[in-house]
Amino acid sequence: MAHTTFEEISAADFFYRNRDIAGFTNPSRAIFAAVRELVENSLDAAESLKIPPDIYVRLSYAGEAGRETQVYKLMVEDNGIGVPPRHIPSAFGQVLFGSKYKLKQQRGTFGLGGKMAILYGQITTHQPASITSSTGMSKIYTYKLMIDIQRNRPLILDRKVLINKERWRGTIVEFSLEGDYFRAMPKILEYFKQTAMVNPYANLTFVDPKGRLYKFTRVTKEMPDPPKETLPHPYGVDVELLQRLIQVTPYRNMLEFLKNHFHRVGEITARKFLEFSNISPSKNPKRLSHEEIVRLMRMLKKFKEFLPPDANCLSPLGEKLLRAGVLKELKPEFVAVHKRRPSTYAGHPFIIEVGIAYGGEIPKKGSFLIYRFANRIPLLYDEASDVSVKVINSVNWRRYKVTPDMPVAILVHICSTKVPYKTVGKEFIADRPEVRREIANGLREVARQLQRFLTRRAHVDRDRRRLGIFSKYLPKIAQFSAKLAGKEKQPDIKKLLRSVKRFGAEKT
Amino acid sequence: MERRKRKSIIMEKKKEVLTDLENLGVRIYEQLDRGYFPSIEMPSRSTENIYYDPQVRQFILGDRKVRRNARNIRHLRPFTQLVWTAFFSHELTSQRKTSTLRDVYYSAQAYEMSFKDQQESNNIITDLETVLGFSREDFNIFPEERSAIFGDLTIEYTVPGYEGRTLNLTSHPDGVMIGPALTSSEFVKTTADKVIAIEKGGLFTRFIEENVHKKFNAILVLTAGQAPRATRHFIRRLNRELNIPVYIFTDGDPWGMHIAMVIISGSANAAHLRELTTPDAKWSGVWATDIVNYKLPTDPLDEVDVKRLYELQRDPRYKDPLWQREIKIFLKIRRKAEQEAFSRYGLTYIVDEYLPAKLEETK
Repeated sequence: MAHTTFEEISAADFFYRNRDIAGFTNPSRAIFAAVRELVENSLDAAESLKIPPDIYVRLSYAGEAGRETQVYKLMVEDNGIGVPPRHIPSAFGQVLFGSKYKLKQQRGTFGLGGKMAILYGQITTHQPASITSSTGMSKIYTYKLMIDIQRNRPLILDRKVLINKERWRGTIVEFSLEGDYFRAMPKILEYFKQTAMVNPYANLTFVDPKGRLYKFTRVTKEMPDPPKETLPHPYGVDVELLQRLIQVTPYRNMLEFLKNHFHRVGEITARKFLEFSNISPSKNPKRLSHEEIVRLMRMLKKFKEFLPPDANCLSPLGEKLLRAGVLKELKPEFVAVHKRRPSTYAGHPFIIEVGIAYGGEIPKKGSFLIYRFANRIPLLYDEASDVSVKVINSVNWRRYKVTPDMPVAILVHICSTKVPYKTVGKEFIADRPEVRREIANGLREVARQLQRFLTRRAHVDRDRRRLGIFSKYLPKIAQFSAKLAGKEKQPDIKKLLRSVKRFGAEKT
Repeated sequence: MERRKRKSIIMEKKKEVLTDLENLGVRIYEQLDRGYFPSIEMPSRSTENIYYDPQVRQFILGDRKVRRNARNIRHLRPFTQLVWTAFFSHELTSQRKTSTLRDVYYSAQAYEMSFKDQQESNNIITDLETVLGFSREDFNIFPEERSAIFGDLTIEYTVPGYEGRTLNLTSHPDGVMIGPALTSSEFVKTTADKVIAIEKGGLFTRFIEENVHKKFNAILVLTAGQAPRATRHFIRRLNRELNIPVYIFTDGDPWGMHIAMVIISGSANAAHLRELTTPDAKWSGVWATDIVNYKLPTDPLDEVDVKRLYELQRDPRYKDPLWQREIKIFLKIRRKAEQEAFSRYGLTYIVDEYLPAKLEETK
């Protein structure tokens, strides 16, 4: 399962000029984005081997930069798969070179984040990055490199090879960057907490520039099944993707082309489609004109008989792990989780997982705490625009006896091969009707469970209160009536008190 | 008047009260001891269950009952308070001590039986009255209000420390306060042949100064506004035990009328109690007719006065022609007059002219 393929797609100092879209908008956001991108790469690197991640992040102060920015040294170490030595320079020194161009659920999508962070560091500090990695074989490789931005090529400044006696496996990335940690701190800490929530099998350690240690310890070694790679579904392709497939395909006729490059398209479906779209099965795909490609794309979307995409390319967290994560990080009195069945939008499979937690250490703040996740990444910005928030606001909570002044946290996780982000900033989910429906149904399910819990607890509370009232007054009735009746001995009321519990169910 | 016989009235009633309180305790004790949640049944005091009984000429409670059950969690607290109040009343009565409503409220705290407020404790006392059919004065619980009495009546105290001592009610020129000691006393002898009840202190004093008690052979009672229940009961005793008529003088307005009416026919609030009314007592003035006939200085009726008159017009206690006539005249002349208004004819005019005329008229 541990095979990862590398291929080069395009070069760009485009991202140098447009670093906003990758989240490096300002010094505080940049330091947050750098931590986040590297942590996510590390999580992916460990998960692809199905080993529980151990990730160590250290951010240290390296000097003043500007009026509000400082230079920091960021170091992220993981126990992941490691990078083969010949790929290290490109994997860290060449933008858009990466392992993330196949269709399966992954945290990043552009294969861009980690390198953007390094690129940003280089732009702001002119320092080389240091990459140390081993795949667990006999050697450890350390590279010092910079990115030649114009040519989009790595510049190797130094290379060391060490003997790996202890068979260490993993990657250490270390580089300098400018940023504003103190403004970014709340978001970074929140990021770790929420990451720990949806990765309860990971150990996360963070040492901040003041030397404060934040440790998030795993509560389980169980991990969700890693996603399987999958072919694109015909409903989800665009012209660009078709052209790319045509370029690389070894197949010489349309029938084989369709059968081999698309998800859930077999002999019968392919033939039916070709008939439907009036394309000869023997046509060579490489001979398709631009107009024909556009038409092919349209017909693919029009054809009704493609099977819906399979969800085994998705890796939801699962109810057990989600519950463990919520219990671990929020320490609530009650938690209900629910995983929806797979669904699709525009040819992309997705699964919604929701959770609701009540009481315990969850604060009362007059509104629900909302935690949003996409492919196990916490989404921390633009909450108000997110579809989850819209759905949460549209639920009639009163029906479930839940009010915003209660200590309630709601968690929504979407996993998909293509998360419907509204913007390239990847901070909130677009309002797709299919997604909206799944979130709403999931929320209703957990809300019902919370309601049952609250009702049961209210019953228990009421019974306890009843018993308290009876225990307070019955002895007094006994005492005063005995005195009034001139009796020495007080009447026995134990039996009555015992029966109070039985009356618990009775309406008062 | 045979002394021994009347003495037993007071003492026997006390005994009856004590026995009834004890029986209530036994009833609750036995229910508890047999393993049942105790319950108490009493007539409902809700307005739908209050009727005017023309036979006894007062408000009475109908057949509707309410049951306080200790099993019901909402009844539990008032039930306990009721049992405590019964216990406390028994202590008071058997030790021959008296207490005020306010005292009861505070005393409860000594037994960790706190009442939310004075109103709650007053309500529970009313409950106990309803359960047993005795008024709180019979449990030695008295309200704060005090009224006074003056006249040739000799009484004998029954309160501890004064047993057997007698007092003539002319012995203090300000009158004698109608308090617990007086209301529990026996009547020994009198020369009076009537009772005159007066709403206001000023006039009460004037009557004493002008020797009304002698001139008219009367016992004077100051109600001090709306007569307290102890005073109403005391007026009833004067009427019944001494067998002499009662005349009531109030201001000439709907409120004065009603002070007289409550002495005569009682109030809806006391529908659960008997022996607070004096049905044969007479309202002798100041009538609306008097305002016209005596050309008294007046004030105009204001809105609440008029509203009250319309209420009284519909009230079953006011169905007698005299009352209806006076209400109509008030509504016609739209004026009211106070008792003091007679002073325009000189300070003694009311005693020399008005009083004898009215006593004669309402005889």
